[in-house]
Amino acid sequence: MNTIVTQSPCCGETTNPQFQKLNAYLDTLAIDQKDPRRKDKLIMTLHYAQSLFGYLPEIIQIYIAQRFGISHADVSGVISFYNFFTVTPKGKIQVNVCMGTACYVNGADKVLREFERVLGIQTGEVTSDQKFSIESLRCVGACGLAPVVTINGKVFGKVKPEQVPDIIEKFLIEETKIEAEVINA
Amino acid sequence: MPEIKTQEALRSAFLQHQAVIGSRLGIENSNNCSILVCGGTGCHASEGEAIVAEFQRLAALHKKEKIVEATISGCFGFCEKGPIVKVFPENVFYVQVKKSDVEEIFEKHILKGEIVQRLLYVDPATKLKIETSEEIPFYKRQQRVALRNCGLINPEVIEEYIATKGYQALAKILSETKPEEVIAEMEASGLRGRGGAGFLTSKKWAYARGYHNEEKFVICNADEGDPGAFMDRSIMEGDSHSVIEGMIIAGYAIGAHQGYVYIRAEYPLAVQRLETAIQQARAYGFLGKNILQSGFDFDIAVRLGAGAFVCGEETALINSLEGKRGEPRTKPPFPAESGLWNKPTIVNNVETLANIPAIFQHGSEWFNQIGTDTSKGTKVFALAGKINNVGLVEVPMGTTLREIIFDIGGGIKNGAQFKAAQTGGPSGGCIPAQYLDTPIDYESLASIGSMMGSGGMIIMDEHDCMVNLARFYLEFIVEESCGRCAPCRLGNKRMLEILTRITDGLGCAEDLKELQSLAEIIMDTSLCGLGQSSPNPVLSTLKYFMDEYEAHIFDKSCPAGSCTKLLHYDIVPEKCIGCTACARNCPVNCISGSVKQVHTIDQSKCIKCGACQTRCKFGAVIRH
Ligand SMILES: Cc1cc2nc3c(=O)[nH]c(=O)nc-3n(C[C@H](O)[C@H](O)[C@H](O)COP(=O)(O)O)c2cc1C
Ligand code: SF4
Ligand code: SF4
Ligand code: SF4
Ligand code: FES
Repeated sequence: MNTIVTQSPCCGETTNPQFQKLNAYLDTLAIDQKDPRRKDKLIMTLHYAQSLFGYLPEIIQIYIAQRFGISHADVSGVISFYNFFTVTPKGKIQVNVCMGTACYVNGADKVLREFERVLGIQTGEVTSDQKFSIESLRCVGACGLAPVVTINGKVFGKVKPEQVPDIIEKFLIEETKIEAEVINA
Repeated sequence: MPEIKTQEALRSAFLQHQAVIGSRLGIENSNNCSILVCGGTGCHASEGEAIVAEFQRLAALHKKEKIVEATISGCFGFCEKGPIVKVFPENVFYVQVKKSDVEEIFEKHILKGEIVQRLLYVDPATKLKIETSEEIPFYKRQQRVALRNCGLINPEVIEEYIATKGYQALAKILSETKPEEVIAEMEASGLRGRGGAGFLTSKKWAYARGYHNEEKFVICNADEGDPGAFMDRSIMEGDSHSVIEGMIIAGYAIGAHQGYVYIRAEYPLAVQRLETAIQQARAYGFLGKNILQSGFDFDIAVRLGAGAFVCGEETALINSLEGKRGEPRTKPPFPAESGLWNKPTIVNNVETLANIPAIFQHGSEWFNQIGTDTSKGTKVFALAGKINNVGLVEVPMGTTLREIIFDIGGGIKNGAQFKAAQTGGPSGGCIPAQYLDTPIDYESLASIGSMMGSGGMIIMDEHDCMVNLARFYLEFIVEESCGRCAPCRLGNKRMLEILTRITDGLGCAEDLKELQSLAEIIMDTSLCGLGQSSPNPVLSTLKYFMDEYEAHIFDKSCPAGSCTKLLHYDIVPEKCIGCTACARNCPVNCISGSVKQVHTIDQSKCIKCGACQTRCKFGAVIRH
């Protein structure tokens, strides 16, 4: 996740493994550049690309536009419309605080504010070391566990503001471990 | 996998697998033990899968003594008490089970037949332990039609759906019913759309059937945008095949051969279950070419949403399916005439579609006698907020709010006072206590300034500020407005500014008038349903909770004690013994004072978190 894409993949000569996966995915779609309905798979492709790269850098947008045979403006227009897509990298540890109604009336705003306070960033921002980012989302459908926080896909239910520092610390330790492994390997 | 080509083949598959469902329903006697563990998103979070694995591990160890099968099922609805484990054939209902409890259930209950008392549900009213789900008040008053298979079958095994007579309605229709007769049967049932507007399903189908075109589409709206609602998610996680069968029947009725499910990306588990179910249905021959040798072709593809609330609106959804920005289209033309790629299209909600196989299994007459004069059948609500039993409830139309909140929902959390129920999400309104006895149907909810919506029901108590709630919904609307038309884009922003000012204690009398007139303009002139209904939360709170608005504006106080800008924490010197507990727990270190000295709060730094008040054992910290 979050590899900053620097090599130009446009000529298809990159060895970036994520990019090769994207390429393979696009191949399976067998896009016919003359088919007026070809755009219907654009959003699915963007989802896939974001799951590979962690965000949708311009270079990837341009490449996807080429493969679909549509303009870059067409692709970036779609990306900017949907909240799910992001064009800037997020933190390695993505904190998502549910601000759906059920979570809100059970104090989700206090939990969100505590994350902002402890990490020293606002919602939508990334910490300067690129480790954490905070987003608020609207209902993950686990309202019975309100207030709900998901961090890198793991769901935390009935979160109290007092627990926030502990939760962060837990992820920080894990992340440091992973980094250490990478360095040692 | 066996392809099922004929009605007879389907029937024999049913006979072959019905025993397992029969024993769960208590119709069939069986010595085998079957264990269901709920595995919806809510319980996934609390380890449903680990519990199943543990049961399976023990079952393998003891396979000589007893045949035990343990599987995951859809949501049982009683999320407050999850994860839930049901043990058949006794149908014992264990709540809040942890992985470490599994061994005890296995040793005692499954091997020796002794019920594990400590894991049973305790009725808060009578303090008695209850063994089976039927006797639990939460379930007693429910009637499950759309949710009939959720928590009964393993959603990842198509045979279990077939064992509930699944796909038999489709088989019968394809072999002996004309499309017009299908629509007539839907008309007789009286089913109205469950996605919000309550449009008659038969009418929508008849319009789409009436437009001749070689290509038509069926779209299942699984965008479930109302934040705080999870009905559709649970149906897809617990019983995707019902939705698929409903879509095929709809396709046959209008003459479509392709369906799409447009589903929220925020629901990964539902997406996965749905995709599994579609693959199975295809392998069995319920989807694809020449379904059950009827000559009818139909297939379904899944498309993900990308986090835009407006895409729940049908024309915006269609634009999004085409790979465009999800902006609504001007109506007319309605999708039934010109929808996806300008072809006749119907858009139906998940719950609407899940009802359809049940209607054809039991007949329109059966369905028609459930509910009220204008609203037939049942409705699923996602009950959440300040309520004891958070979960999914399905009740006949016409049930009162009081029954849902107090009999099924078990009343308000922590013994607090009920203030309002919010239905219809950002498009709906707040219903105050004086309307608790209103029977719920489309018309009566609209007449008291709310709406049925898709089924979100958030319960609020005395600590919830209604002005702040209206502000919360508007903030949502402002974020989600697609910006295509000015009244919605600018008007809602202006309303949000006013509401923010009021909750900050800076409101004035004119603000109330301006809110009212802005609301009317936005309602009358917005292009799509999002804008047209966005003032509802403001209007309904103005109507029923004017006293709270006035308190914020004129007294600069928030009666619910929730608007932080209007709150102050202070230490009463006479009561403070200087124990330092508050100072040690203040997250921003704004309390000063030394041991055994009176402490004081620096108001300029206080973030009003309330920690000091919770920590002070001497009642010295007051909030005002
Ligand atoms: C802003 C807005 C959001 C909507 N969101 C949903 C939704 O999340 N799910 C849904 O089924 N219908 C939603 N609808 C209603 C749909 O436009 C449409 O009426 C419905 O899907 C039709 O299905 P039904 O007839 O089965 O109810 C929404 C409408 C509006 C105006
Ligand atoms: S009412 Fe709002 S959401 Fe609907 S088209 Fe206008 S700006 Fe967009
Ligand atoms: S309310 Fe919170 S921030 Fe304010 S003084 Fe008390 S503990 Fe400190
Ligand atoms: S906790 Fe209460 S008694 Fe102790 S120092 Fe604070 S205000 Fe005083
Ligand atoms: S409102 Fe937060 S999970 Fe539903």
